[in-house]
Amino acid sequence: MRLAEQAAPMPLAPDARALLEVKGLKVRYGPIEALHGIDFAVAKGQLVALVGANGAGKTTLLRVLSGVHRQSEGTIGFDGTDISRLAPHRRVALGICQAPEGRQVFGPMSVEDNIRLGAYRRQSADLNERIDQAYVLFPVLKEKRKLSAGTLSGGQQQMLAIARALMGEPKLLLLDEPSLGLAPLLAAEILRVVDRLRQQGITILLVEQNARAALAIADFGYVMETGRIVKAGTGPELLQSEDVKRAYLGM
Amino acid sequence: MLSQFLQFLFAGLTVGATYALAALGYTLVYSASGMINFAQGEFIMLGAMTASALVAAGVPLLLALALAIAFTTLVGVTMAKFAVEPAKTTSMTSLIIITLGAGQVIRGAVQISLGKGNHALPGLSDERPLHILGAALVPQAIWIMGLALVIVLVLFWYFNATMHGKALVATSHNRLAAQLVGINTMGILTFSFALSAALGAIGGVLLAPITFTSYDAGTMLGLKGFVAAALGGLGSALGAVIGGLVLGIIEAMTAAYVSSAYKDAVAFILIILLFVVAPHGLFGAKSSHRV
Ligand SMILES: Nc1ncnc2c1ncn2[C@@H]1O[C@H](COP(=O)(O)OP(=O)(O)O)[C@@H](O)[C@H]1O
Ligand SMILES: [Mg+2]
Repeated sequence: MRLAEQAAPMPLAPDARALLEVKGLKVRYGPIEALHGIDFAVAKGQLVALVGANGAGKTTLLRVLSGVHRQSEGTIGFDGTDISRLAPHRRVALGICQAPEGRQVFGPMSVEDNIRLGAYRRQSADLNERIDQAYVLFPVLKEKRKLSAGTLSGGQQQMLAIARALMGEPKLLLLDEPSLGLAPLLAAEILRVVDRLRQQGITILLVEQNARAALAIADFGYVMETGRIVKAGTGPELLQSEDVKRAYLGM
Repeated sequence: MLSQFLQFLFAGLTVGATYALAALGYTLVYSASGMINFAQGEFIMLGAMTASALVAAGVPLLLALALAIAFTTLVGVTMAKFAVEPAKTTSMTSLIIITLGAGQVIRGAVQISLGKGNHALPGLSDERPLHILGAALVPQAIWIMGLALVIVLVLFWYFNATMHGKALVATSHNRLAAQLVGINTMGILTFSFALSAALGAIGGVLLAPITFTSYDAGTMLGLKGFVAAALGGLGSALGAVIGGLVLGIIEAMTAAYVSSAYKDAVAFILIILLFVVAPHGLFGAKSSHRV
């Protein structure tokens, strides 16, 4: 039996105002439906984790939130407005920035050009100061700023992808498996940075296969399974839940 | 001997400069969208034919050239907006067929409205040739080479020093990431068509005073431009420029020292050799290193 079928009505992220509110989202790739009706919310200022096995539809959901793939049904509300039909670049302008799965840096371009391009919708007089802030967060990128991004290690490319997304001055930061493929120490370092960004007040939706690590720092979490959200709760609640322990934490 | 060789070299560089502009057009669209716009040659013809029709109607030369370039640019934008963008989610094959079809439409429309004959266009300045080491150089050839050089320099500045140019380059490297940093990739596509149409038209109005033009002149020029772009590694702007000049020079030398009957065959022989020997172009541009 699916977890969803035994669950009570899905609780949404608590707290006053939802920055992101998704209702009845269905998404298909050609004839195949990948998301079968997703409802969830992300409250302002929170770090929300989205966990689930490979192929559950986490990346698909983030792609639809950024607008690079269209839903077939459902609505996406952001900061009080309906953005369901908005083009991707307009969503970035509103403050939805994503560090995508697989980093997707502009390989042949310099590290600094990658960072500058992150601010494509945020060209302001203090741009150079903001670039310096990104270098404070990831000092290694400053050392390598003249090198082409493709020459960086996997961990450094991940830092670059996050720095690039931060240059868009996100109101909502979408992170798709930022620790994937990284050595454990580096993965832990990335998650520490994510935690610090939340403390600075950025709302974050964090997708992770490493459910334990993600839920440990999250205010709220959702568990996805084959295109559905099957469980929701605060980080500690989900970490304690027997279903989640069995299915995702290998206990 | 030297004067003769110089003469042929000038001829090659002159026509090569227009191939280079056409090749840059292919390169721009390819970079922005990964597709090859087989209507590129028709932009060259449309620019030249529109200018010659306007001049024939009594419009002053410079105004006629500007209007012809603007009109061709508008056709490029229209093509991107109404033929290419709506089909962007379909296969590459259908996109290529769409550009071939759009090219046929442009050629047909010009044939119907301006006829099948050859059309002339006055040059930018008087026609007394300069003599350099015994070789004659017509002023129009100097205009072509000079303006092509200016355009190439402006383009390099645009790609390397402006945010919009870098956005186009970024889109060529990773379309998804470009969308995620807020680049309007559809806008970039339209812009690349506009710019490539303008480059084609500029080449067309500059070349027409030397070669004449007609409704069907775009086919061969388009093919030559494509060969030049492919020589340069399709996607490399510098490669496109070098490819254009190399093709122009080899053609001129073939016409001079072998036979002018083989001049047009050069491009086809080169493209076949290229596919066999160096599928990534002569100038080493890897597919990942565009513009
Ligand atoms: N481009 C695509 N075309 C077709 N099916 C896809 C595509 N991307 C993902 N899918 C399918 O959608 C489902 C969800 O995939 P994905 O969103 O990548 O999951 P996750 O990120 O949770 O691992 C999977 O069954 C996957 O095979
Ligand atoms: Mg994924």
